[in-house]
Parts: sequence; structure tokens; C-alpha cells
Amino acid sequence: MSTHENLVEVEHLTKHFPVKQGVFARGKSLVHAVEDISFNVRSGETLGIVGESGCGKSTTARLMLRLLDPTSGTIRFQGRDISKISQRQLRPLRREMQMIFQDPYSSLNPRKTVGQIVGAPFAIHGEKKARSRVQELLETVGLSPEHYNRYPHEFSGGQRQRIGVARALALSPKLIVCDEPVSALDVSIQAQVLNLLRNLQKDFNLTYVFISHDLSVIRQIADRIAVMYLGRIVEFGESESIYDSPKHPYTAALLSAVPRATAGGRERIVLGGDVPSPIFPPAACVFHPRCPRFHKGHCDVELPLLRELAPHHEAACHYPLETWPMTDAEIYQADGAMRRDKPHLEGAAHE
Amino acid sequence: MGTDERRLLDVRGLTVRFPTTDGVVQAVSNVSYSLSRGETLGVVGESGSGKSVSNLAIMGLLNRNRTEISGEVDFLGRDLLTLPPSELQKIRGKDIAMVFQDPFACLHPMYRVGDQIIEAVLAHSHVSKSAARARAVELLDHVGIPNAKSRARDFPHQFSGGMRQRAMIAMALVHNPAILICDEPTTALDVTVQAQIIELIEEVKREFDIGVILVTHDLGVIAETANSVMVMYAGRIMEYGPADQIFGQPQHPYTWGLLDSMPTIERRLAALVPIEGSPPSLLNPPSGCPFHPRCPYAFAPCPVDPPPPLKNPVADSHLDACHLPWEKKLDLGGKRSIARLGDAA
Repeated sequence: MSTHENLVEVEHLTKHFPVKQGVFARGKSLVHAVEDISFNVRSGETLGIVGESGCGKSTTARLMLRLLDPTSGTIRFQGRDISKISQRQLRPLRREMQMIFQDPYSSLNPRKTVGQIVGAPFAIHGEKKARSRVQELLETVGLSPEHYNRYPHEFSGGQRQRIGVARALALSPKLIVCDEPVSALDVSIQAQVLNLLRNLQKDFNLTYVFISHDLSVIRQIADRIAVMYLGRIVEFGESESIYDSPKHPYTAALLSAVPRATAGGRERIVLGGDVPSPIFPPAACVFHPRCPRFHKGHCDVELPLLRELAPHHEAACHYPLETWPMTDAEIYQADGAMRRDKPHLEGAAHE
Repeated sequence: MGTDERRLLDVRGLTVRFPTTDGVVQAVSNVSYSLSRGETLGVVGESGSGKSVSNLAIMGLLNRNRTEISGEVDFLGRDLLTLPPSELQKIRGKDIAMVFQDPFACLHPMYRVGDQIIEAVLAHSHVSKSAARARAVELLDHVGIPNAKSRARDFPHQFSGGMRQRAMIAMALVHNPAILICDEPTTALDVTVQAQIIELIEEVKREFDIGVILVTHDLGVIAETANSVMVMYAGRIMEYGPADQIFGQPQHPYTWGLLDSMPTIERRLAALVPIEGSPPSLLNPPSGCPFHPRCPYAFAPCPVDPPPPLKNPVADSHLDACHLPWEKKLDLGGKRSIARLGDAA
């Protein structure tokens, strides 16, 4: 990591949300949204954060931008600890970090023109001559400068997401956090926006933190990946290494669950049950109740820490995968998972 | 795709128009397809392609006063479009059942899950309340809800998303339907839960020997489950045929575009190949082939006539609606797959 400058460094970051439980609110419970995570984001890279709903990926992003205050832990942006500084002190730093949101319908004010929306960052930071710069930005993201006086409802979903991108780019930030930026778009449009984000990264030397539940999208954009489950990072490392040989059983299950539009059968690990409540996360390894490689007396007793299992590739598991795709013996190692073969395309009843 | 006695549904020339103050929305235009027992028909398309509306039309769920529907929907010898509402009521929810996208919105939050299934049982059969309860518990157990008997007394908010979708499937199955229509059944679910639900739908299909219409925008889900696939765009069928044909040798430029723009999990691509532009408004769909403004191969006849779905000279059951001559498409399709393979290397 010595050759790379870290733009963001996160250490032991934790966020708990208090919730009331029961009618008489007998004492507060805590939602363990993010639990003791550490990672860094290198300048110019795309860090993908992937996981299912409720795994804490959006909370992590909001913490990094200090849109939420952490319960504990530190966040360093360009070497400076921003986890406790005041909003006033944060404001100049806000220029450097921007966000693109999931829903291009609700993240743009319907009563403002495109010019006002994209020009808002300039207005807030007291910059003049916004108009020509807004028009330049619109061209950069593939819209036309004539769109300046139009309203969001006149645009399609993909175009609206471009407006959101233009707004994020306005102050030439270093870091852009993209929270599910293509999830609400049709596939043909998804590819347009992904290509745009990739090109902008090259042109403006941007650093992305890219959050998605879609593993195929993450594969197309991320250099390194953090896989989250119930508030913890269970696997972290170079994208290629994780996709080619996942080490954590949860990552393996995620990868095998993605439906593919290609012919040919393959093994699928279907996890039983649901994600447990983050109010009462399981003891020790949070994945143990659903894990196909669960070892009683170990996984439910001792918390596995992230450890390097391959070059630039860490996983938090006592019994990481040795082979990928998993062999039958590995999948059947315990009874936590079911397995199925791909049904024949012609629908002949089998088994 | 199945012999005639296993044929359940024959849709011919289905057209749906919504007159509005701004003009007529041409939601579905001249769509024909069929479904047999044991078959999963995957309907794929982007938002606004008419994939959901065509199913609502065959279920009789569109307001007939505000919609112009024409064509024929032959369900076991009866035309659903001309059936009086009272007759349709007897079929809907009994012989043809539907599972919707959002299991959060489809269950009444104030009634117990079991009671809602009991209501579905009693809607079409005169059995005692206790027999209906037994049936509800049996089905909940069948779709994989643990401790079905006690969970039947839970309210929907006590169920997770995946369990709610299981409960919806149980409710759809109460009268052993012949056809199960699933409209984006897994879109609201996480990928590991999606895998469970897809599996459940497949099991149900095999076990009850029913026909399934699976509507989704996710080509991956279709590739894993469907026997035949219908690709829709702007209310029209672009390509229709056996799944292995559609994914193995797609013939329509729109299908090529869809497949190529899909981010693959197999490898990182140098650049994704999007379809330029955006889907058309159905108030004023483009003349001729609705895809021509975005099609890289459009030529003289494309903006003039809408091409009818034509048979593929090689595979009889594979139809596609495109003006490009067969030899030309073969050539382009071949180049396309070479380009994809080159990318892998």
C-alpha cells in the first residue's frame, strides 16, 4: 500500500442506532448498523461496497461523508481526522466529497430547473459565473447546454441520473460516493451511466466509493471490493481475486446466487433462512447461523477477524474456501445449505 | 413447445390502448403467444415495454371502460376477453393466479397472513372455515414457511420479504391453478432470497404441472428458469422462441443490445455496450419498427412498416420481428459473438 496515497482511511468505525422496543419502551435497543470496520480508499481507485439490504453499506457511505456521526472509530480524509470536527469545519471539505444517489426521481427537486440544481453547489460555496460552468458540466455528462432551463420531469431516468452526476462533479471533488447509482435504471441505460462514470473517472482523476447490491455491476466498475454482511466486512480485496476465488462462504453464496444470462449449468449454493436482525446479531461470526461451513463450538464462539488469505485479499472466516467453484464435499460439509442443479432449459422434469 | 392437449393459453393479436387526455397510449400492439403445461414463458423487456399490461389484460384486471382491448385470449377453449365479468371472476384467482412484485403492498397489513389465505380459499370453494384453515397451513408449510401452523397467525410485518413472497405464492396456489403469472416476483428481494424464490417457483411448476408466465426485466432470471422467451419493446414482440435459441442464437438487434448491455459477472469488460438513446414514449411511438431510432442496423424499410414476427428459417418455433434479411443477421450475429469472444481473450 506504500506506493498508493490513501484518500480516505477508516478505522474501527462503528455506528449504532437506538430504537425503542415494545409498547412501553422498556429501555433502548441498538441497531448494530456498522460494527468495527476498517479499510482505506486509495486515490484514483474505485472501491466497491457490496451486500444485501440492511448490511450497512449505505450507512458506511454516509459515515464517510459525515452525513451521520459515528458512534466510535475514526475517519481520516486526506490524512485529517474528520470523525469529530464540527459542521462548520466540515464545510470546506464538503467540496472535496460528493454523492450520487440511487433514485433519480426523488433526488432532484421537481420545482427547480436543471440550471438551478446543477448550479446549487456553486451558489452554496459562493462562486460566480456559474451559468457557463453549469453548461459545460451538462455537456460533460452527455446532456445539452440547452437543457439549462428545463425541469427534471422532462427527462428520462437515465438523463436524470446524468443531472445528478453533473451536480456531483460541479465543485471538482476528489471523492464521489455513488450509492446504487444505476439500480433504478433499465439495463440498456445502466450501461450508458456506467460507461459515463468510468470515463469521468479517467478524465478527472476521481476516486469512487461505489455501493451496489448488484455483483455484476460492481465487477464492471470496482478495483477493490468490500463485501459486507450484518454491519461487518466479511471479505475485502482486489476485485479480480474475489470474483475468481472467493474465500468467504457468504461471498461464495452471493456469487453463486446471481442468475446468469448464459447457457450452461453450474452449482448454486442456496442459503437457508433470512438475514438475522441487526438488533440481535448472532454471537461471534455473524454469518454462522446460515453458513454451509459452520463448525459448532468455534464459529459461534470466536469472532473471526479479517486475515490475508491470498495476496491483497482478506476474509474474516475460520474455514475459508479452498476451491472455487466449491466441490460437492465442501458444500455438503454441513447442513446449512441446500443445493440444486440448473433446471434443464427444455423443462424436462428431472430428479 | 408442447402438444395441443397440454396447451393452456393461446393469445392472438392482443392489443391494448389507453385513451388519455394527451392522446392514446399504445401499450400493447398485436401480441401473440401461447403457454402449455409444464412450460415457463419468460417475458422480458424494459420499463414501459408492455410486459405487465399484457398480463393484466389477460387476467381481466384492466378497467374495460377506460381501455380498448382487442384480440383473442383463448384459455382452455374460452375467450377471456369476451367472457362476462361474473364468469371471469370464477377463473381469476382460481384457474389463473398471479404473484406480484411487491409482497409488502400485496398483503393487508392488518390481517393475519393465515386469514388472508383462508379468504382466498373461501372465495372459490364452499368448505368449512376449519378446512380452509387446514388448507392454508398445508400450503404455507408447502412453500417452506417453518412452523406454518403458528406462523399463519402472524401479521405480514412479522414476515421477512422472502417469507411474504412465499406466502403470496401459497395464496396463489390454493385452488391448484393451471396458470401462475409471476410479475417481477423477485425484483424487490435480495439476491440470495431471489435464488430461494426462483427455486420455489420451479418446484411448484414441476409438482403441480402448471404453466408459468414469468415477467421480469432481469435476463439472468429468465435464462435460468424459462423454457421459452418473449422479448418485448414498446408494446411489441421483438423476438419469441425457445430459451436456448434466444440466448444461444438471438436474431433481433434489440435482443443483441439487451444482452450486450448487461453487465456480466464473469469478467470485467473493457467497455459496456449500451443501447444509445432511451425507450420511446408510447403516446407517440416511432413509425414502423419501434426500435428503429436506436437500432444501429436500421435501413430504408424500418421507419416505414412494423415488421411482423417471422419464422426463423432454421428453427421453426423461433420468431423475430425485424426487416433485416436472414443472411445479413446471421452474418451480424456471427460478428457479434466473435466480438464477445474477443473480449474474453
